[in-house]
Amino acid sequence: MIDTIRGQNLLSLEGLSRQAIIEVLDVAESFVEVNQRAIKKVPALKGRVVASLFFEESTRTRLSFETAAKRLSADVLSLALASSSVKKGESLRDTIATIDALGIDAVVMRHQSSGAALQVSRYVPHVRVINAGDGLHQHPTQGLLDVFTVRQVLAQRHGTSGLQSRAELFDGLHVLIVGDIRHSRVARSDIAAYVALGARVRVAAPGTLLPEDLESWPVEVASDFDEALDWADVVGLLRLQRERGSGSFVPSLGEFTATYGLTMERAKRLRPTTLIMHPGPMNRGVEIDSRVADLPSSLITRQVANGVPIRMSVLYLTMAGSAEGSGL
Amino acid sequence: MSSFVFRQGLMVGASSSYVGDLLVVDGVIAQVGASIDAPAGAHEVDATNCWVGPAFVDLHTHLREPGREEAETIESGALAAALGGFGAIMAMPNTEPALDNVALVSYVLERGARSVVDVMVAGAISQGRRGEMLAPLAEMAALGVRLFTDDGTGVQDPSLMRRALTYSKPLGVRLAQHCEDESLAGGGSMNEGALSSRLGLVGRPAIAEELMVQRDIELVRLTGGAVHFMHLSTARSISLVVAARDDGLAVSCEVAPHHFTLDESACATFDPLFKVHPPLRPRSDVDALRRALASGAVDAVATDHAPHAAQLKDLPFDEAPPGMLGLEHAASLTYEALGADDADPASFFRLLSRAPARIAQVRSSDHRTRHGAHGVSLEAGEDANLVVFDPHERWTVRADQLQSRSTNTPYDGRELLGRVRTTLVRGRLVVDGGTLA
Repeated sequence: MIDTIRGQNLLSLEGLSRQAIIEVLDVAESFVEVNQRAIKKVPALKGRVVASLFFEESTRTRLSFETAAKRLSADVLSLALASSSVKKGESLRDTIATIDALGIDAVVMRHQSSGAALQVSRYVPHVRVINAGDGLHQHPTQGLLDVFTVRQVLAQRHGTSGLQSRAELFDGLHVLIVGDIRHSRVARSDIAAYVALGARVRVAAPGTLLPEDLESWPVEVASDFDEALDWADVVGLLRLQRERGSGSFVPSLGEFTATYGLTMERAKRLRPTTLIMHPGPMNRGVEIDSRVADLPSSLITRQVANGVPIRMSVLYLTMAGSAEGSGL
Repeated sequence: MSSFVFRQGLMVGASSSYVGDLLVVDGVIAQVGASIDAPAGAHEVDATNCWVGPAFVDLHTHLREPGREEAETIESGALAAALGGFGAIMAMPNTEPALDNVALVSYVLERGARSVVDVMVAGAISQGRRGEMLAPLAEMAALGVRLFTDDGTGVQDPSLMRRALTYSKPLGVRLAQHCEDESLAGGGSMNEGALSSRLGLVGRPAIAEELMVQRDIELVRLTGGAVHFMHLSTARSISLVVAARDDGLAVSCEVAPHHFTLDESACATFDPLFKVHPPLRPRSDVDALRRALASGAVDAVATDHAPHAAQLKDLPFDEAPPGMLGLEHAASLTYEALGADDADPASFFRLLSRAPARIAQVRSSDHRTRHGAHGVSLEAGEDANLVVFDPHERWTVRADQLQSRSTNTPYDGRELLGRVRTTLVRGRLVVDGGTLA
């Protein structure tokens, strides 16, 4: 078990202790306040260089990370690689060596291949590597911002603060994750985070969209979706990864929506306290009805907003090993 | 006239073993016995506490020439083979271009004849290994080709496989199959299971291998042809072959050292050195393969020596090419899998030499290929393709000290028990004292 990400790489949420996750959430709470200031900037990482390396296209995650780095006063080297040397057959090792030669302290990396961030971390052991999504494997900051958002909302409901509540509000919390779990790195990170914090996790999906050999995962498989919706305190929807061929794992999108989509009809039957989440980008009308996405119980825009303080926290903690003064 | 005398080794014959001497004169075993008076000038090889047997025969070697000489050449692969104790190796046809015609097969045979070991050639079953049209099997067989395969992938189309079996039957050859149904395994990069699910890697399921094994067994039953199943990796595959053999079908199988040494957990590092097709399997399969080696369920150990240029193993796991080096550590790993100090020398030479020689049909010399006899019984008059294996020597694998042009060994830094001391091929001492002579 890893008890802190301070000075470490962040490659996966698997193996992170409850304490390590709470630390990230607590530091993020302090950055929420920074984001509400007129001048949204602290000098914590002044003079440090963060390379943002997106081998796979992304708008929101990249923007969120780069915003977070800038609010910490880090310099950001932003490289669009999807269309550059990688396409010419350059190896991962050569690409990272080139960027390392420019002088960097951390790499925020997204790649279409599972494990790519871990591989890169072996090539540049002196650089902190933050996984911004690798293949079907992990998307750690998404998992962290999801539990951060849930903690924030539940704490408000209980008239307390996220900081004070630590992880208590997750004890026995019913979390239902629905949809394309097989192809989802978000699901893998979410499950690790919720389970570490003490929640019970169920998954619901057509059998073809569940990963193989799920028995060894710390989750239960819901046999009846509608029953599971009734059970859930949190419903986490996932994007159907059509770009990864998920379309061929179900007979049709229409049938998927009819059987596992959060339709308006299903949303109406949810308990009023049940929270609805989606990591985006949504396929409106597929896994979620467009109107459901805009309900007050939907936390989708809040998730996006919380991306910045969570990523500030992750950058701050992972780069803390050699930071000079906190500058908070 | 060159002569060698091997002194006081455990002479592992086909049916019995004894400690004694063995004299080689001009590439032929001249005399065997408890103690031999060697002729003047004979090179003495001290084999005390060592096993002496027929040089190993590898049914599965990727030599990469022509086309990818950066990774390996016939010459460099042959040197690696000799260090590993092999006297004969079967060059796989998935070169660029594929070995699917007389000219290319002749090229490899010619180059092989100039190397330090006997290089046999497996011809492609289909033109360009595309799995569509039969390659000229009869023409290649006339050059001495005895094994045909599209290795790298299996023949996917059952109708083409049936046709290949029917066509090749009168040629006295054998088809060797890489068993993986690509419609089930395609796009996958490690064993399918709980671990692949956790790592987010698409799996290559055991069923992809087992279905093709079962399919080809039924095609052998139908056609009366012969199939050699390559690098089987699951317990179920082995039991399918055992049952088919019991039914009297002409089937044989090999396993690769990595499949009986390493398990899928190595993939958790996402290090492409551990990527191979078929993939590393769970420990239960590894253990089953080890038992199958000793029991005789498996005919042969074959290396699936698959060199790759270093930069290709620096790619992400799912993009990197599959395969790992095998020639230089196969004997040690086989010895360990057979129980190390408890290993039975007869099983060791059956797996590494006598059975593969029978499957490759190199038990007598062949004037067309200029190959000598392999898998011999250690009797006077036989070709002296011999190996001295020291079962007590410990050594550490160093990727940068291997003879192969490539370094993609998954065993770098691993300490192994048992090492080849001497390899004698065509009456030439090619390895002596564990190094190239």
